[in-house]
Amino acid sequence: MNPPLLKIENLKKHFVIKNGNSFVANNKKAVKAIDDVSLEIFQGETLGLVGESGCGKSTLGKNILRLQEPTEGQVFFKDKDILKYNNRELRRLRKEMQIIYQDPFGSLNPRFTIGEIIGEMYEIHKTDREIDKLSEIKKMLELVGLDSERYNSYPHELSGGQRQRVGIARALALNPDFVVADEPVSALDVSVQSQIINLLMDLKKDLGLTMLFIAHGLNVVRHISDRVGVMYLGRIVEISETDKIFDTPAHPYTAALLSTVPDVNASLRKERIVLKGEVPSPANPPSGCHFRTRCPLATEKCQLEVPKMQEIRKGHYVSCHFPLKANQSLKDVVSNL
Amino acid sequence: MDKILQVKNLVTGYQGKNTFMKAVDGVSFDIDRGETVCIVGESGSGKSVTSMSIMRLIEYENGKIIEGDIIFNGENIVEKNNYEMRKIRGSKISMIFQEPLTALNPVFTIGRQIVEAIRFHQSVKKKEAYKQAEELIQLVGISDPRTRLKQYPYELSGGMRQRVMIAIALASNPQLLIADEPTTALDVTIEAQILDLLRKLKKEKKMSIMLITHDIGVAAEMADKVIIMYAGKIMEISSAEDFFENPIHPYSRGLLESVPKMTGERGVKLNSISGSIPSLSNVPSGCRFSPRCPFATEQCINQEPVLEKFKDRQVACWNIDNVLRDHLKNQTDSEVFQ
Repeated sequence: MNPPLLKIENLKKHFVIKNGNSFVANNKKAVKAIDDVSLEIFQGETLGLVGESGCGKSTLGKNILRLQEPTEGQVFFKDKDILKYNNRELRRLRKEMQIIYQDPFGSLNPRFTIGEIIGEMYEIHKTDREIDKLSEIKKMLELVGLDSERYNSYPHELSGGQRQRVGIARALALNPDFVVADEPVSALDVSVQSQIINLLMDLKKDLGLTMLFIAHGLNVVRHISDRVGVMYLGRIVEISETDKIFDTPAHPYTAALLSTVPDVNASLRKERIVLKGEVPSPANPPSGCHFRTRCPLATEKCQLEVPKMQEIRKGHYVSCHFPLKANQSLKDVVSNL
Repeated sequence: MDKILQVKNLVTGYQGKNTFMKAVDGVSFDIDRGETVCIVGESGSGKSVTSMSIMRLIEYENGKIIEGDIIFNGENIVEKNNYEMRKIRGSKISMIFQEPLTALNPVFTIGRQIVEAIRFHQSVKKKEAYKQAEELIQLVGISDPRTRLKQYPYELSGGMRQRVMIAIALASNPQLLIADEPTTALDVTIEAQILDLLRKLKKEKKMSIMLITHDIGVAAEMADKVIIMYAGKIMEISSAEDFFENPIHPYSRGLLESVPKMTGERGVKLNSISGSIPSLSNVPSGCRFSPRCPFATEQCINQEPVLEKFKDRQVACWNIDNVLRDHLKNQTDSEVFQ
């Protein structure tokens, strides 16, 4: 396998919230949006990150890029700790790390033409050599499958899918090594969604990109990712190669999550396990394993001890006291209890 | 079978400056008693406008029904006046919406809102209504009903709010429940809970459900019958079984093929539909799907196909034969390949 391009160690992001009653001293509580996450992203791979809303997957993406300042931990990009970078160094780094946002309507300035939106990248990051900006812009537009003569149109003249293409062109304009794609297709209609997925896969192959692909649509993540990480309440509960995650999930949460996705091949589906209850508030997470309140296999141990990340099969990491074996399905384990 | 709802040649739209924009253009279908019908379409396909027309709520959104009949239980809804409509709406036909937070009133407790719905349609005392509300809220799977009834919408999570919406919709034992993207704003694990609940209620209450969704996976889970809409027209009506085994209309196929699957090969190029959805003000001539259709011929561009019976289904396409031949060829190809 390729060496890691990005390495995150014990990353934490806590948001301080006030408790309402300002007369009580020490009324501060913290929402642990990211609670001790460590992972590696290897050169040239697409790491998919899935989880329900509020699990911290978008926060993780932003913290890796230092669009938010992590509370604790280290982020190594090309073996350098980027959390120690000052503003000037950070600006240089931005050329190499970019982000594609979810909302193609909110993420483009409505008063800029798309040529200006993409061209701004070249102005901010003054590249060493003089470049012909217009021809670069046209090249980028062509790369993402837009008519290169449309650089003078405004975002409102474009459809959602076309706008998302502009967002991708902007992210790739400076030829970055690493891209965070934060729910890039969630806001799009199905027929357009597949176009953008195809485009992202082509670009990744052609440009040798490394990508962190954040999404809640499991089928999309399965399609595009080389490895998949599953998050729950600020922690990564399972991470492995895509096929292993989808064929032999070891964490009960992953297994349950996979079984509930509405799929077109309804006849092929495994028995569904509908989880009870909802995701607890991250301001007040359960002790021990965060998932224990909804887990059908939870015991006292889960309440007392935070499970450690362990390698149960080669390259397959899971943080659970009672991981499922490769030949077990959650349904069987539950019914044998 | 006994039909509870028949929509006949419905045309609904919005008055523009100079032109009338038809959001729904000549739509006909029916729903049997106890049946779940899924209307699937992308944004702008007219699926929500269809449901708002059936509820006659479209007038409150500056829309207008200009043609067609909506026959519910033998009565034509289109001819009803406001007063008569209020007796049907929320009592015989109920609706749940996509975003439960905006559909619930933020300044009233859950209990008050459910009780309001109950007392609007039945003349019962407040106490009795509260008792009914407690039962309803248990029926939709919310524990500790006493406390919940005293809470405000903001105190509940998205899934809970949607359950409350369903409780309100069920307050008067409706015969038809219209669910407009009921799970789109929810996470998958919660979505599964709500879909399970709808299935359970349908069985217990023997009501019909008209489920509007853009997620063809949801349709596969829920539907007895699938209706595919595109740009204000119905492209295909088929039983769910037939549809997911072999969709006929090129748009239906494109839609199914462009969704990444949970099983099978991954990382391959998805079969996507080129281009994008036309806007209402600029509907293509002939078949609306023709500019994006791989099978389009001269006839498709000049002449609009009508929804016609084809075996057990209805399809609006000029080239069914070609499409089927192509499908057969692909099938044998993949068999040879295997």
